[in-house]
Amino acid sequence: MTDSAKDDGFVVFDHVQKSYDGEILVVKDLNLSIGRGEFLTMLGPSGSGKTTCLMMLAGFETATHGDIRLGGKPINNIPPHKRGIGMVFQNYALFPHMTIAENLSFPLEVRKIGKSDREAKVKRALDMVEMGDFGGRRPAQLSGGQQQRVALARALVFEPELVLMDEPLGALDKQLREKMQFEITHLAHSLGITVVYVTHDQTEALTMSDRVAVFDDGRIQQIAPPDQLYEAPENSFVAQFIGENNTMEGTIEEIKNGVALVKLDSGGMIDAKPINVSKAGERTRVSIRPERVEYNRDRLSPDAHTLKAEVLEFIYMGDIFRTRLRVGGNDEFIVKTRNAPDQRRLTPGETIEIGWMPDDCRALDA
Amino acid sequence: MSDATDTGPVLAADGTPLKRSLNRALRREKLRALMLIAPLLLFVLVTFIAPIADMLFRSVENNIVEDTLPRTVVALESWDRMTGEPPDEAVFAALAEDLVIAVETKTHTRLGSRLNYEMTGISSLFRKSGRSVKRWDLATDGPFREKFIELDEDWADVGMWAMIQIYSSRYTSGYFLNSVDLQLSPDGIAAREEDQRIYITLFKRTIFMSLTIMFSCVLLGYPIAWLLANLSAKASNMLLILVLLPFWTSLLVRTSAWKVLLQQQGVINDVLVWVGLVDDGNRLIMINNQFGTIVAMTHILLPFMILPLYSVMQTIPPTYLRAAKSLGATNWTAFWRVYFPQSVPGIGAGCILVFILSIGYYITPELVGGTKGVFISNRIAYHISSSLNWGLGAALGTILLAAVLLLYWAYDKIVGIDNVKLG
Ligand SMILES: Nc1ncnc2c1ncn2[C@@H]1O[C@H](COP(=O)(O)OP(=O)(O)OP(=O)(O)O)[C@@H](O)[C@H]1O
Ligand SMILES: [Mg+2]
Repeated sequence: MTDSAKDDGFVVFDHVQKSYDGEILVVKDLNLSIGRGEFLTMLGPSGSGKTTCLMMLAGFETATHGDIRLGGKPINNIPPHKRGIGMVFQNYALFPHMTIAENLSFPLEVRKIGKSDREAKVKRALDMVEMGDFGGRRPAQLSGGQQQRVALARALVFEPELVLMDEPLGALDKQLREKMQFEITHLAHSLGITVVYVTHDQTEALTMSDRVAVFDDGRIQQIAPPDQLYEAPENSFVAQFIGENNTMEGTIEEIKNGVALVKLDSGGMIDAKPINVSKAGERTRVSIRPERVEYNRDRLSPDAHTLKAEVLEFIYMGDIFRTRLRVGGNDEFIVKTRNAPDQRRLTPGETIEIGWMPDDCRALDA
Repeated sequence: MSDATDTGPVLAADGTPLKRSLNRALRREKLRALMLIAPLLLFVLVTFIAPIADMLFRSVENNIVEDTLPRTVVALESWDRMTGEPPDEAVFAALAEDLVIAVETKTHTRLGSRLNYEMTGISSLFRKSGRSVKRWDLATDGPFREKFIELDEDWADVGMWAMIQIYSSRYTSGYFLNSVDLQLSPDGIAAREEDQRIYITLFKRTIFMSLTIMFSCVLLGYPIAWLLANLSAKASNMLLILVLLPFWTSLLVRTSAWKVLLQQQGVINDVLVWVGLVDDGNRLIMINNQFGTIVAMTHILLPFMILPLYSVMQTIPPTYLRAAKSLGATNWTAFWRVYFPQSVPGIGAGCILVFILSIGYYITPELVGGTKGVFISNRIAYHISSSLNWGLGAALGTILLAAVLLLYWAYDKIVGIDNVKLG
């Protein structure tokens, strides 16, 4: 979250549930509070209920249970067109029979804004997304990226305080996508609007957002700023879903001084930080980021537990080395090391000892 | 470019111009494609193009007079109808000669009926004269002028002779004039007698009722097409079957069903009387008039409006309506400004289909139209099968065809035919 945006509950989901067919809950007990000016991303696998949440907020779906509040007021009974929420759709939904300028002018016309005012606002909005010269064209005459910008401008032209975006960059190629990611965050922050953004691209979520809400199975698994989400996942779903991750299963031997001693199923003991495990004997899945694994004995604390590993593959990637190891029967254990002058290069077949700081290895639910 | 030859035609490897060798290569493929469609082409030509061409031709063709009375026609050329005198002996002699041959081949009655379209009484005149002329001896029985006038004094009628003279050319505009309530008379083009002027009214009525039917189809079909496009797949399939159900029932059955519903002792009147909205002595007349025709035909042609509308609406993603609403439009504005314009191609297609079908419709008006609700096509059918005035039927049909083409052209100018989507 940026400093200016504190969580003042501008948008609140309060115990919201949603079912389409009366049999399956697509959204199960959603609690979420979004601050004014915040850029919040909903991230999650397909079918996890992200779009459904967005549609409930926009007013196109009604919550089966619970309250949604906007600026303190419940909006369950306000029709979509009175909510004043800007929205960017995945396929842009630019009206094909209107020119770009007419598309942008549409929300102003339905708000009965005078003609000269309208024209000025349309022009300003188009200039903002650098599409000033395209006002007379039809949507079909624009490229995907240009249409995307127009859709953005149209969602912003009537100056909503809240803008919803449902995978707005899904149809763009990687390069354009990265450019647009930057432009959208930049615009959102400079205009001070609140954005709820849906994506299933985790890089997008991490680079753009103030906070990311990770969805799975109709629930928020974790909501946190990007760095925390990456470094301190609170359960094994988040750990798996965000970034690359090595996992090993085992049983808690003991928890002492905030450090858990884990006996791995493959044999061997390691130290880990207990996150959502509480007592000895519990099953756990320990998770460690590839770049936090150390095989240089000097960099580990003397009493650290270590594991034996066989090098299977060593890939030179320029800035980093990526090594695939076999650790306790797991062939897919990845280690990433920075290409530093003193860094040892491994050869396949050799056997090494790996270890890590207890804080970096997280014991999560199995 | 490296050398000067590049500015000339591009050459293929063997030195022939590339264009020519390309054409040669393509010709074989074109020929093969043509052979594939040849049966259909032939079929269309024989069953569709040829009848239309024949109809167009029949609407102006008038060989019968010259073929039946060749000598009379030649002799009549020098006669000036303005003198007010019947033609001289030469014409009557030629007539006698022609009639003898005509009677032998029995063509004189056909000529009689042809001329009777233009002037009543000629038919019986020819039949009567034919019987007598049979017994004449051409070589000895002259002069024939008196003999004919003695036979029937109509032969002295200048108007009758003028009629023969006017219609002696091989092509005539008579049928077309007839179709618009005019007539080729000895004094030029003139209006028909009041009680014979029916076609203009019929044309006007046909157009007016077709337009009414078309608009009712839009009004009734649009919401149904919308439902079809927006309901769940299961419900919309069910609805589609209901829409298509009428196609599986005979047209006659459907039309007769309307008779049962609409007649004075019918279901609707019974219900209205029972509810008390209508007095028993004052039952509504809803059949055998324009109302009956419009109701029955709207019902019959409705699927032709719904299907193209549906196919267009299916391609309009629901996100557009959502987008419009999220931008602040009320349901109505979103529909009217965003959804409706995108469905116009479907309306256009449906309107063209329904209008063209209804303008030439025939069975339903015949059954439920009474006298006030019949279309021009019923009149055409009458001329083709009852009065056997094929020329007039053809002329009426040609005018109908021209009207449809004209409307199509106008539609193209105003809305643009590219904006029509049939599927
Ligand atoms: N209109 C609907 N009727 C019935 N079920 C629906 C409807 N819309 C979505 N669902 C179901 O709700 C669940 C969540 O859907 P939702 O569209 O919210 O997922 P999502 O997180 O946006 O996924 P994606 O990343 O693929 O867009 C899915 O299982 C889906 O099948
Ligand atoms: Mg979605």
